[in-house]
Amino acid sequence: MTPPPAQAATLSTRSLLSGEGSRGGSLPSWAPWGAFVGALAFCGLVEAALGWFTIALMVVFGALVAILAIYAWSRPIEGARRAKDRAVTMAIVAAFGVAMAPLVSLLYEVLTRGARGISWEFFTSDARGVVGGGGAAHAIVGTLIITACAVVIAVPIGIMAAIYMNEYGRGPLRRALTFFVDVMTGIPSIVAGLFAYALFELFFGPGIRMGIMGSIALTVLMIPIVIRSAEEVLKIVPNHLREASYALGTPKWKTIVKVVLPTAFAGLVTGVMIATARIIGETAPLLVTTGVVDSLNTDPFQGRMQNLAVYAYNEYRSPGVMKQASYDRAWAAALTLIAIVMILNVIARLVYRRYKTEIR
Amino acid sequence: MAHLDTTTNAGQLLAAASGGRRRRGDRIFSNTAVIAAVTILALLVGVAAFLVAEGFPALTASSADLPNHESFLSYVAPLAFGTVLAGVLAMIVAVPLAVAVALFITHIAPARIAMLLGFFVDLLAAIPSIIYGLWGIFVLGPAAVPAMKWLEEKLGFIPIFEGPASITGRTMLVVGLVLAVMILPIISAVAREVFSQTPRKLQEGAQALGATRWEMIRTTVLPFGRSSVISGAMLGLGRALGETMAVAIILSVSGGVTFNLIGQANPSTIAANIALNFPESSGLAINLLIATGLVLFAITLATNFIARMIIARSEVQ
Repeated sequence: MTPPPAQAATLSTRSLLSGEGSRGGSLPSWAPWGAFVGALAFCGLVEAALGWFTIALMVVFGALVAILAIYAWSRPIEGARRAKDRAVTMAIVAAFGVAMAPLVSLLYEVLTRGARGISWEFFTSDARGVVGGGGAAHAIVGTLIITACAVVIAVPIGIMAAIYMNEYGRGPLRRALTFFVDVMTGIPSIVAGLFAYALFELFFGPGIRMGIMGSIALTVLMIPIVIRSAEEVLKIVPNHLREASYALGTPKWKTIVKVVLPTAFAGLVTGVMIATARIIGETAPLLVTTGVVDSLNTDPFQGRMQNLAVYAYNEYRSPGVMKQASYDRAWAAALTLIAIVMILNVIARLVYRRYKTEIR
Repeated sequence: MAHLDTTTNAGQLLAAASGGRRRRGDRIFSNTAVIAAVTILALLVGVAAFLVAEGFPALTASSADLPNHESFLSYVAPLAFGTVLAGVLAMIVAVPLAVAVALFITHIAPARIAMLLGFFVDLLAAIPSIIYGLWGIFVLGPAAVPAMKWLEEKLGFIPIFEGPASITGRTMLVVGLVLAVMILPIISAVAREVFSQTPRKLQEGAQALGATRWEMIRTTVLPFGRSSVISGAMLGLGRALGETMAVAIILSVSGGVTFNLIGQANPSTIAANIALNFPESSGLAINLLIATGLVLFAITLATNFIARMIIARSEVQ
């Protein structure tokens, strides 16, 4: 089937120039779509005939058959190499579709199911003394307080450490920090929760639950993300800005505060917001530290504190008498959480695009 | 200090450079930075130290005193098995898909769509795990029941599809798929980054020699990105091993060790086991759970460590 080498060289040059295959011919532009739809229909019919029809199987087999079909179709017309290219392209697009399908389905389900549980009551009342009803106001407030405490602790430490790594650090401490920040990125969230529990148990005795414990656990998860992103943006502040500042006799600390940080400001804010979005939906560390409670608590240093993620889990886990209403509230909490995360991410990117300093 | 900015001249500069005021400002600031750096190291040491301190009673207690009257090792072994099984399953599914997604975004999709898709995939990495859990139990699980029944009937001779197929969909296979969906954006972000950095001259050189797009990808993009993809996969594996809520919600656990992926009885994972049992535990049971957390910490540390080693080695070359 393969043409002799000399001919292959001239043909492929021509194919590059004219957009044709090494066999001279070329499939119509709708060929990949045609092959895919045809394969889907074929598999659907075969499965229906055999009596094992399910959508998932039809799509999986359909994609496989489509890859074979496009290869078999293209090979006699366009030659083996173009045929292989088409088959692989088809496989990659199919894999992309397979990978995106669950993610699209997830967003769709959260939107439709969550909308059912959203109501005025959901945002304004807590669930104290209510059987099979109530809202999630206590969870929303708790989420905000716990996350805010974590941000207040993690951001200064994280950014100062990033300044150390980028502006001051050298020698073993810097190397150790780089390495251990990487290690810290990999700490499972539940382990961070256990750490916070173990820390507070030592001082307050067993069974302790407080909002601030959750914040400490989240701090452990947030710091490495903040350092990573802050280091990244500090690194791209050009050295000539620092040197110009030194040349004017400005001390180093003032150079950092007045020149380096303002230049990197948009990037720092973006990094902090993305890190916040990452920790605001954490469930496991809060499950073991802040506990489950039905009423509003605004004091992070006293007693249990509910939050949205644990609320969603608990509504699913112990639905009580009115199961469906409870599940609806779990989805509503999920929708609220996803909305917060998405808004934080989008704002972060807008901030970056709008306020980033042009560095030349 | 403010006057220094505006009225600087050489004399003042020299005077200030030898004077103490400016140095004091610098010293305070740099010391703060060092303290922040040391705090972070102390925090990490603290995580390990407190877990060891609180887990220690369970490690040394005799098996008769432990809640289930079995030794720590025989308690944690099936959990560690389940953890690794779920993680590996997720990785087998996620890595090829993530590479395909990255290739699609960097080399196949039109540039305008590619940017949007990249943004979309990044957003997905931020979705909280509890939501993946709810989706798994309410949507994917029920949808997978007929497919698992089919697997049992047609491929039941393979041990992993032995069955009897679960009728609730709360199986290891579904957990593996959900974890795969969760880590896919992470791996594909790493892969996308490195694929888009493949030197242009290599790619254009390959195409100038008449390579088709796939031949160009196979000979330039994939070799260039290989080590980064491996380390990205390891990072994803670390994430899957430590994932808690999705597993705790979806999996129907029995505690045994089995490779059967579609059955009713599945081995639990360390993280899910902690989340399920911690709220109702007290005394030595808490210590036991913290000790299992220590094992999980060690497993994820080792995974991440290997990933970093691979990155470091490829950077040297």
